[in-house]
Amino acid sequence: MAERVAKGTWVELSCVVLAAGERAPRVPEETQAVPLEMRVKGVLTRDAVMGERAEVRTSAGRTLRGRLERVNPPYAHGFGPPIAELLAVGEELRARIRGR
Amino acid sequence: MSDGDAYAQVMARRGAIVRGSIGLDYEKYATGVLAFDYEGLLTDTGYDLETVRDIQQRTAVGNTPLVELHNLTELVRSISRPGKGARIFVKDEAANPSGSFKDRRASISAHEARRRAFEGIAAATSGNYGAAVASQAAKAGLRCIIVQEAFDSRGIAQPEIAEKTRACEAYGAEVMRLSVGPELFYVFLRVLEDTGFFNASLYTPYSILGIETLGYELAVELKEREGRFPDVVLTTHAGGGNVTGTARGLCKAGAAETTMIGVSVDLSGLHMASDRDFNRKSFTTGHTGFSMPFTSWPDRADVPRNAARALRYLDRFVTVTQGEVFYATQALAELEGMERGPAGNTSLAAAFPMAREMKRDDILVVQETEYTGAGKHPLAQLAMARQLGIRVQRGDPRDSRPGESILIPEHPEQLGVEEIDLDQVRRSYLRHAVAAVPENSSLGRVDIEFLALETRSTVSWVQEVLNETPKTA
Repeated sequence: MAERVAKGTWVELSCVVLAAGERAPRVPEETQAVPLEMRVKGVLTRDAVMGERAEVRTSAGRTLRGRLERVNPPYAHGFGPPIAELLAVGEELRARIRGR
Repeated sequence: MSDGDAYAQVMARRGAIVRGSIGLDYEKYATGVLAFDYEGLLTDTGYDLETVRDIQQRTAVGNTPLVELHNLTELVRSISRPGKGARIFVKDEAANPSGSFKDRRASISAHEARRRAFEGIAAATSGNYGAAVASQAAKAGLRCIIVQEAFDSRGIAQPEIAEKTRACEAYGAEVMRLSVGPELFYVFLRVLEDTGFFNASLYTPYSILGIETLGYELAVELKEREGRFPDVVLTTHAGGGNVTGTARGLCKAGAAETTMIGVSVDLSGLHMASDRDFNRKSFTTGHTGFSMPFTSWPDRADVPRNAARALRYLDRFVTVTQGEVFYATQALAELEGMERGPAGNTSLAAAFPMAREMKRDDILVVQETEYTGAGKHPLAQLAMARQLGIRVQRGDPRDSRPGESILIPEHPEQLGVEEIDLDQVRRSYLRHAVAAVPENSSLGRVDIEFLALETRSTVSWVQEVLNETPKTA
């Protein structure tokens, strides 16, 4: 059964702004072939169902509608693993200065 | 979607929407077919340098530390010929409230929006500028909307832009995240129409006047501390605002003889509007994808007349590779104890080879840093590049290819710059100018003089090039 999400929950909505084929003239082929999508976060104005139409009030006070995608979406970006090619740089450069 | 929201219809209303959202009558400044009164457009805003300094002081913007990089200077001298190796300073712009020089740029727009009783402020930007607008809006008690190009059709977000999303939301802004494409501007126009918010475009006079304090501060402080103006200022160059504002500020401080060098990351071969290329770029700003088109024709911006006109101010224009900037970023962290974001270190990478060729007692100033953090970091960018199959290894950066390989230099002697021929850029500008002349119009004396100013050349050179340029350029 589809998950119900309560009014007042912080969520992310998505919608298609321009369908594939309706894109601006002169965009490259691979961009032309995919839709222009938009995602925005806000507080649900009424109970909604995951994957279905929903309405939020955004931080700027606007009311926007779209498909309910994610509940309380995390910030998932990070640093990733150390990069060996950079790890060596500091020691190499310090050795050059010390040697003077 | 109603008919009035269709792409072509909204774009057809762009002039009226932009006019209403900035409140500047650009037409008033036209003096010829192409010519316009650039200085008048800036002066009439009423924001002179002292007023801007006062506003920025009240919002904790500017007066950032000017730091001498003793260890990097020592490193450069270790690979320079006797008597060579200039002193390197950096203006630590990361000390601004939202972590970059973009706070200067946003501060006057936010002030103007508040003065004119707008309810909110909006900007179309995926970069530090979004965080700056959101931060300044928070201080001014304005609502804020940032429209970003943030992810590709597979839903993969560029790590640096993901961090900017977080930062804007942290300052209380609504962030509209879009997939790849130039139609971001269309969405932005709809936001302006829907909200009636002030358009904090990167290219208004307010934006440029806000940056003048950067050039002014560094020149005045250096003069006080060292008794001289900088010989060279290196400026990371994208849309042209950083070069324009900094150079104007230097002039206002009296440092008219300082050489202004714009530096961009070379991303040649990667298309700006390509869904496929989007995440193959390990830099989201300060790169040739912006600086090339904007230097050769600034009026492609989201305002009728771009106040950022870099060709008027550039003495030289050079590029560096992605690998060199990551190397310089690592060097700044490990030799100077300053961990800063990679995009802001673009001009730092060029400082190595440039300072090597300058005299020991010359002074070179790198005019910005930016904050760093998750996503906005060499590790995040290189990890993403590897995931996409881009080769990351040590090697001669000259052998790298944007989107295919990133080569981290093996030693500092490998850092260099590629010189962009400014004469070619000037000729490109003039071809665009000819193409912009409306049918049944022709350029008059005032236009030729304007084009000479725009290209920092002479009336006779402009005429000579125009005579060679076919009308259907």
